[in-house]
Amino acid sequence: MISVKQVEKKFGRLTALEKVSLEFQTGKSYALVGPNGSGKTTLIKSILGLVVPTSGEILFDEKSIRHDWMYRDKIGYMPQIGRYPENMRIGQLFDMMKNIRQEHQKVDEDLIDAFKLYKMYDKRMHGLSGGTRQKVSAALAFLFHVPVYILDEPTAGLDPISVEILKEKIIHEKHLNKLLIVTSHILSDLDELTNNMVYMFEGKVHYDNTIEQLKAETKETRLSKALTTFIRQKELVASVSDL
Amino acid sequence: MTRVLKYILYDILRTRFALLYTAFLFVSTFALYQLDSDSGKVVLSLLNIVLMVVPLVSIVFSTIHFFNSYEFIELMLAQPVKRSTVFLGEYMGVASSLCAAFAAGVGIPMLLFGMNPSGLTLLFTGIVLTLVFVSLAFLSSVLTRDKAKAIGIALLFWFYFSLIYDGLLLWVVYSFSDYPLEKVTVALIAFNPVDLARIIMLLKLDISALMGYTGAFYQDFFGSSFGILFSSLVLFIWVVLPIGLAQRIFNRKDL
Repeated sequence: MISVKQVEKKFGRLTALEKVSLEFQTGKSYALVGPNGSGKTTLIKSILGLVVPTSGEILFDEKSIRHDWMYRDKIGYMPQIGRYPENMRIGQLFDMMKNIRQEHQKVDEDLIDAFKLYKMYDKRMHGLSGGTRQKVSAALAFLFHVPVYILDEPTAGLDPISVEILKEKIIHEKHLNKLLIVTSHILSDLDELTNNMVYMFEGKVHYDNTIEQLKAETKETRLSKALTTFIRQKELVASVSDL
Repeated sequence: MTRVLKYILYDILRTRFALLYTAFLFVSTFALYQLDSDSGKVVLSLLNIVLMVVPLVSIVFSTIHFFNSYEFIELMLAQPVKRSTVFLGEYMGVASSLCAAFAAGVGIPMLLFGMNPSGLTLLFTGIVLTLVFVSLAFLSSVLTRDKAKAIGIALLFWFYFSLIYDGLLLWVVYSFSDYPLEKVTVALIAFNPVDLARIIMLLKLDISALMGYTGAFYQDFFGSSFGILFSSLVLFIWVVLPIGLAQRIFNRKDL
């Protein structure tokens, strides 16, 4: 569904993405993992067309996204840091988004109900706490029935109950054969939510396969253990080849 | 486009700045009419407001507005909305509200005290100058990510076109006064939208001799109506060129 082909992104002298090639397929769920500054958000923003790659190509349904914009109709996106017009009320924000995407007749207000956001419809965005803001972001990402969901650290800053609500929603959508791309630093969450893992480090993809495969390779049962073992093995191999 | 534009206009109206601007222009125009009964002189005094205040307000307000709606722009670009729709929507929103504020603030007192052709020309130059400086403001906004820097660049544009350029022109004319400079000066004036607006006004008021050497030559070179047409055309280029360039930069910008 989404193919990333040899994508490179440079910010001045800093290389954020280095020849990244990935395939994201419908019906699969991907965990995008890597330390801070490894290029996860840059990759996601490139897929959304918010960041323009220095070279390489991204295809959505076999079509290049370079000059296209209609494909974003099929994506629900939850940003890492939700930035919204500050003097807008929550209700106005939802109305605006529905209005902008008028083509969709049916909206999905599960999360608005579950987070009880309708009670706060007349609160302005600038007065919101970080957690409420995150709830608004999540509700906006799931506001339409779309085939692709891209979630950048969805659970960061949410209280435990809200995290469970959001996870339930994500798993629900996953069973509807949607494509999910989730980044997070909380590996236990990803273990529940996703089946595939992409591990990025310094702008390069170091692992791209199923989580089952990773666990089998490292002989671990938990993703967090499996990933640390994988990274240790990699470092070991790297230090041997340096000699 | 209209859906996006609706929200941009709504946002501008809520800041109430456009209303304040209208009120300011209304009061100054009204006061000038009260002070002087000769409408020609009033237009001439208003010309100074148009040439200094309108560019300054347009360029500073537009730059600040652009950075204040950065969140909105970011939000829209993650939706199925074209980049140029968002960008040109912002331009049209800001430009139309400032033009409407100017037209209402200056136009209503003029209508009350009797409209004349030179008043209409003043309205026209004010609106075109607004468009030019909003265009320049958008260019300075996409040149940098930093709000303070962008406002700095915007103010520099204003200083340059309102004050520095005239000084440079004077200096060139003075130091090369031994040579025939008429055509060169006319060409040089085309590089400054504020001068162009001034010339349109002066040709219309038929007092170009007051502007001295260049004005007299300008009138001689073009004749009134052709001079106005030519200046308007060049001003139009001044609207389109900066916003076109800004749009190109914005299309490749990372958010």
